[in-house]
Amino acid sequence: MADPQNQTPRTAKITVPKTMAIPTAARREGSWRRLVRRPLLWMGAVVLLVMGAFAVAPGPFAALFGNGDPRACDLADSAKRASAGHPFGFDVQGCDIWANAVYGAQSSLAVGFLATAIALLIALLLGTLAGMGGRAADWVVSRVTEVFLGFPFLLAAIVVLNMLGARNVLTVGVVLGVFGWPMMARLMRGSVRSVAKADHVLAARTMGLGTGRIMSRYVLPNAVQPVLLLATLTIGAVIVAESTLTYLGVGLSSPAISWGLQIAAGSRVFQSAPHVLVLPSVLLAMTVLAIVTIGEELRSVFDPRERS
Amino acid sequence: MALGLSLLQRLVGFAIVFFGVTFIIYFTVFSMPGDPIRALAGDRQLSQSVVDALNSRYLLDQPLWVQYTNYIGNLLTGDLGVDLRGRPVAGQLAARWPITIILALTAWTIQIILGLAVGIVSALKRGTVIDRGLLVISIGLSCIPVFVLGITAQIVFGVRLDWLPVAGIREGWPLAYLLPSLVIAMFGLASVSRLVRGSMIENLDADYVRTARAKGLGESRVIGLHVMRNSLIPTATFLATDLGFLLGGAVVIEGIFNLPGVGNLLFLAIRDHEATLVVGISTALIIIFLLTSLIVDALHALLDPRIRRG
Repeated sequence: MADPQNQTPRTAKITVPKTMAIPTAARREGSWRRLVRRPLLWMGAVVLLVMGAFAVAPGPFAALFGNGDPRACDLADSAKRASAGHPFGFDVQGCDIWANAVYGAQSSLAVGFLATAIALLIALLLGTLAGMGGRAADWVVSRVTEVFLGFPFLLAAIVVLNMLGARNVLTVGVVLGVFGWPMMARLMRGSVRSVAKADHVLAARTMGLGTGRIMSRYVLPNAVQPVLLLATLTIGAVIVAESTLTYLGVGLSSPAISWGLQIAAGSRVFQSAPHVLVLPSVLLAMTVLAIVTIGEELRSVFDPRERS
Repeated sequence: MALGLSLLQRLVGFAIVFFGVTFIIYFTVFSMPGDPIRALAGDRQLSQSVVDALNSRYLLDQPLWVQYTNYIGNLLTGDLGVDLRGRPVAGQLAARWPITIILALTAWTIQIILGLAVGIVSALKRGTVIDRGLLVISIGLSCIPVFVLGITAQIVFGVRLDWLPVAGIREGWPLAYLLPSLVIAMFGLASVSRLVRGSMIENLDADYVRTARAKGLGESRVIGLHVMRNSLIPTATFLATDLGFLLGGAVVIEGIFNLPGVGNLLFLAIRDHEATLVVGISTALIIIFLLTSLIVDALHALLDPRIRRG
């Protein structure tokens, strides 16, 4: 399925823990020990840390093999294979592939986190409104969610990016975020509704606490966990979506440096020079895999049904 | 009474979503930069009278809401209008949608078979190396951008091994559709198998399963008859939603494998500013989306007696 919006992993099985027991020291220690015994989680974290380091300080990593300038390109080197100082060879423009891939981490991660932050914010607001705001608010929010779900994402992205005039990390991130919230909002709504029915919320109501206090102290902290986990998966999906948009020619555009741009450029010469495509694709897939694995592992650590 | 009210609410909701989305699409498409008449003319110089005639023929000189009302009015009589080259939109949709439908159904079937197999095995082997391995592989596949997966499959299975046609639909079904369907299925494998695994694990610990075991049922009967039946409810609704998405066309896959489906058509239409075509396809997509969500709700009620009784 190629509609970028559809790439949000729809892991529908993130349910709210039914037990609302107070987290005692013993329980916390239990969770921590289960976390330690998850090698996949730590592998994911290490990969993500490395990519994070690429994004924050690309210079020293890019210079690892002696040619750290991603824009030092010579067309005479176009699509040449690996040579001394250039372990991954050159791309079509004759630029060093390793240096470009290291610098590309920044845009991809920035788009992923920015879009997810925007989507999460909208989802939390609308989901809470639908879950707590009564029937009318619920009805309206649900319809708005459906409008956004039903809207062809590609069309939205192209039109909005055209209107914004610039296709950079900021605008692409905003577009992906503004159209990426519906699944999270639905999850938040369901989560809020199920928590709002719990005994401790009823107790808080009986004690005469105000709605604001009940929401902020009793409902939201308990309802937000599954949505945050879906958000981690969304980061990965957004990074993939950015590269797909770029491939279609409507995402980031040069002179930006991103994995999506490199993969898109490489895919056009894949027959004659497959090595151009490999490194950025592998880095992108590893990053997304790391993020999604972390999300999956956290989910299963906190899911009481997974303990056998 | 309550049923009638909720049905009415649903219908009103449908109408609002339908008109909301089509209007927004109509508005956005026609506010895209560029002048469609000039684009149509290309390098030729059009005299002002010709431009005026074309503008009034396509109602481009009218305010947007008049155009939209006119469009919806025609739509209700089954007329989707013509594109800027004068070809009827309905005919283009009719020519291209079958290809998308065949692709969607093939991919969907592969996805169901693989998803169920992987999900069931992971659930029964939960926590083991097999479970972890299947998790990493299935999620790993969904992390590779779909166009990279598509091109790689083309090179490996089409060019190097020469097992399947690289692109085009000349070989017909199933040969021409197998490779693109596999790529789509690989991409969706993780969602389906995770869902099957999750709901099976939930049911494996349920009291009724313990009862079934306690009364001496064999393991295959416990899994096959009791666990599977209850585990399939969330999976079935997900698969229905998924089919809806697939029927909407796969822009990238149709492009790479050169399948003249509706996703490809939408992409070209957006690129060429073919406004009526974009709106026509989008309208059809909305209808598919609304029908899918209706079917999902019905399926839910049908499969789960707890929901039916309300």
